[in-house]
Amino acid sequence: MTMESSVVAGSEPTVEPRGFELIEREGLETNLLEVSMGPHHPSTHGVFRMDVKLDGETVTELRPVFGYLHRNHEKLAEDMGYLGSMPFTDRLDYFCSMTNNWAYALAGEKMIDLEVPERAEYVRVIMAELTRLVNHIMLVGFFVNDLGALGTPLLYALREREKILDLFEWASGARMMCNYMRFGGLRNDLPEGWLTKCREVVDAFPYFLDEYEKLLVENEIILVRTQNVGVLKPELAINAGITGPMLRASGVNYDLRKVDAYGVYDRFPFRVPMGEVGDCYDRFMVRILEMRESIKILRQAMDELPEGPIMGEAPRVFKPPAGEIYGRIEGPKGELGFYLVSDGTAKPYRYRVRPPSLVNLTVLEDLCLGHKVADAVVILGSVDIVLGEVDR
Amino acid sequence: MPVSDETPVDLAPVLESFPSLEVEKGTGALITQPALVLEVVQFLRDDPRYRLDYLSNVTGIDYLATVRKEKRVNEEGKTEIVKIDEPPRMDVVYHFYSMSEKRGLVTLKQRITDRDRPVATSLMPLFRSAEFQEREVYDLFGIDFQGHLDLRRLLMWEEFEDFPMRRDYVEPDDYEYEPTPHGEVLEKAKTHAGLGEGGSEE
Amino acid sequence: MEDPSKSTTSEAHTLSDSVDLDDATRSEMEKAGVIVSSVDWLYNWARSGSVWPLQFGLACCAIEMICSAGSRYDIARFGSEVFRPSPRQADLLIVSGTVTKKMAPQVVRIFNQMPEPKYVIAMGACAISGGPFKQGYNVLKGIDRYIPVDVYIPGCPPRPEAVLHSLMTLQKGIRRQRTLGKGSNNPAYVEGNREYPVPSFSGKDLDPPYNPEVWQPPEKRPNMPEDGCP
Repeated sequence: MTMESSVVAGSEPTVEPRGFELIEREGLETNLLEVSMGPHHPSTHGVFRMDVKLDGETVTELRPVFGYLHRNHEKLAEDMGYLGSMPFTDRLDYFCSMTNNWAYALAGEKMIDLEVPERAEYVRVIMAELTRLVNHIMLVGFFVNDLGALGTPLLYALREREKILDLFEWASGARMMCNYMRFGGLRNDLPEGWLTKCREVVDAFPYFLDEYEKLLVENEIILVRTQNVGVLKPELAINAGITGPMLRASGVNYDLRKVDAYGVYDRFPFRVPMGEVGDCYDRFMVRILEMRESIKILRQAMDELPEGPIMGEAPRVFKPPAGEIYGRIEGPKGELGFYLVSDGTAKPYRYRVRPPSLVNLTVLEDLCLGHKVADAVVILGSVDIVLGEVDR
Repeated sequence: MPVSDETPVDLAPVLESFPSLEVEKGTGALITQPALVLEVVQFLRDDPRYRLDYLSNVTGIDYLATVRKEKRVNEEGKTEIVKIDEPPRMDVVYHFYSMSEKRGLVTLKQRITDRDRPVATSLMPLFRSAEFQEREVYDLFGIDFQGHLDLRRLLMWEEFEDFPMRRDYVEPDDYEYEPTPHGEVLEKAKTHAGLGEGGSEE
Repeated sequence: MEDPSKSTTSEAHTLSDSVDLDDATRSEMEKAGVIVSSVDWLYNWARSGSVWPLQFGLACCAIEMICSAGSRYDIARFGSEVFRPSPRQADLLIVSGTVTKKMAPQVVRIFNQMPEPKYVIAMGACAISGGPFKQGYNVLKGIDRYIPVDVYIPGCPPRPEAVLHSLMTLQKGIRRQRTLGKGSNNPAYVEGNREYPVPSFSGKDLDPPYNPEVWQPPEKRPNMPEDGCP
């Protein structure tokens, strides 16, 4: 097996491939150490593996190894009807089932030009922004966990997450695997009293964020461990297809909620937080700021939520004409796209998920090179991956 | 319908520069031969009329040989159904956007006619985002990407022989009998004559 | 007619038989100020109250497992909050999520690395049988094809309450185990450290596709109609 090192587009390889040659240093003979981190490792957020070559403690080569959670989502989808894949999308990125549902529903609606009623669009925005809160709060919890703050911040995050999961459960019947959206709308309307409860949760959230920020943002250890660690330049970020908060932390203004303005996102004024340096600290802060913007959107969406039907004129059997479509939304982790190819039957000929987590990992090696192995853990935490989506 | 800031892309300049390109009927995708793809993509990336600097999605599609029926109007003005033999082929599909100019979608397809030994050209020299996604296509479809610097299996293990996303892939027979209302599973269970002695290995 | 159970008890009155003292009698005696105990009882009581699970997440279910350690569900009430990252320090392997064929050898290896006495909980439909992904080419159809499972939790994913219930079920099972004496039914002490062969990758599938020592494909029941609906 050849171990070619990866390159930045159009340039020379960034690292010379190194075998096990001896390195002369101040009279000491040292060897490169090869470490396989994962697939069972507490810091890899699931069953992810990194084959790391270390010179002392410094990373000289890092190869991600995938596939430990490859569940054949795409192959299974080719064998069932279009709607049958909806519950499977829940299990892609298992923190964000609502946004996954939306991305798939959006692709399906594009295929047959289906109109979605206004109320359904608003409820989708509410659900998607709640999902963003859940995802970002858990990310921050796990990220600080990786920095060594075992327990406390993660427990706070879990506590807040439960409140939002209760809302999901009330509306859809399931805590995590909501399976709430359909082509053309939603499965069911919001239950009575849901909005009041949601308003309570959303109104209480900024206080929690204040507390959390006070606890973490100016913490000396977090500053030292994350600032100028894993700097991602905007040119490389665009070239490598990085999306989501990770891209915006590098200072590129590209948020699909603004660019595509899918759903009814053009009606909500909100700001897109961006970083300047593109290091781990920026990625961490962009998420915290994004939560504040999400709360803004949530408040407005709840105020303006119209009455009306929640389901468009969807056909009983979803059977799109032959053709293909690429639909994408701004998931909490980045651009989540669904590419559907239809041959005119009730089953998709090709069903492809464009996973933001997998593509965001492309630059993992570039970010980690030259840093200590403990920083590799932090950098991986700041990329925000979920293995269900990386491997599908 | 939602208002979109993305402006659609006019394909005329690229078709002018590369006369051999085709536009697929129905989907509007550009179809190119693997030999030409690097030049086309470089043009799309660097030309100021396009600046498609963001390669979003890479995937493969496998088409087996089929017979397609199409309605046509013949010379006498009558519609008749014509049978067209579709040869087997494979497509590698790329979706491009422009982040800097906020331009909309351009779909590019590399059409590979030799399905038995599919060879495509890698876009990794131009776009880093192709690295893992092309490896995945290699893994699941068995398409060999020329010019890819690190072409290994991505999801399956190294020793794996098949390419599971191909349409003619036969999965390992590791089903056990179970009472089920699903016809397909029952059909599979019927073929398990030797249940309980050796299981899936035949 | 002679009761068969009586004849066995009279045959050998070992220390471990004192475990059979029923709970009602025991609590009656405790009320009277008499503590009756056996080494087995004390040993099981202690270790069932401090089961250390392995911090090992596979898929979606892992998140619910983490939730059960959170403040709302709080698995610490049952003595199991110490999630250990190393299999050498863990008693309990919670297989939380889909076991793919690529991952299965590692799961078996982790089980082999755990010290006795060790227990396995198969959490969620995927770990039990492959669940919704059963038809996938890379999905193992149940972790019990390679390692013995003590408790199964159905659900996709199971709620944290179900995780707690499974832990309590396991604790009940642990308290019923006998270590000392003739009638020992604790495999940890009967068989030594249980290690199972790690499957290897082959061209199509795992080799072997299941461990016949642990699991056999179910026999087709003779009087059952084809579709299983009588």
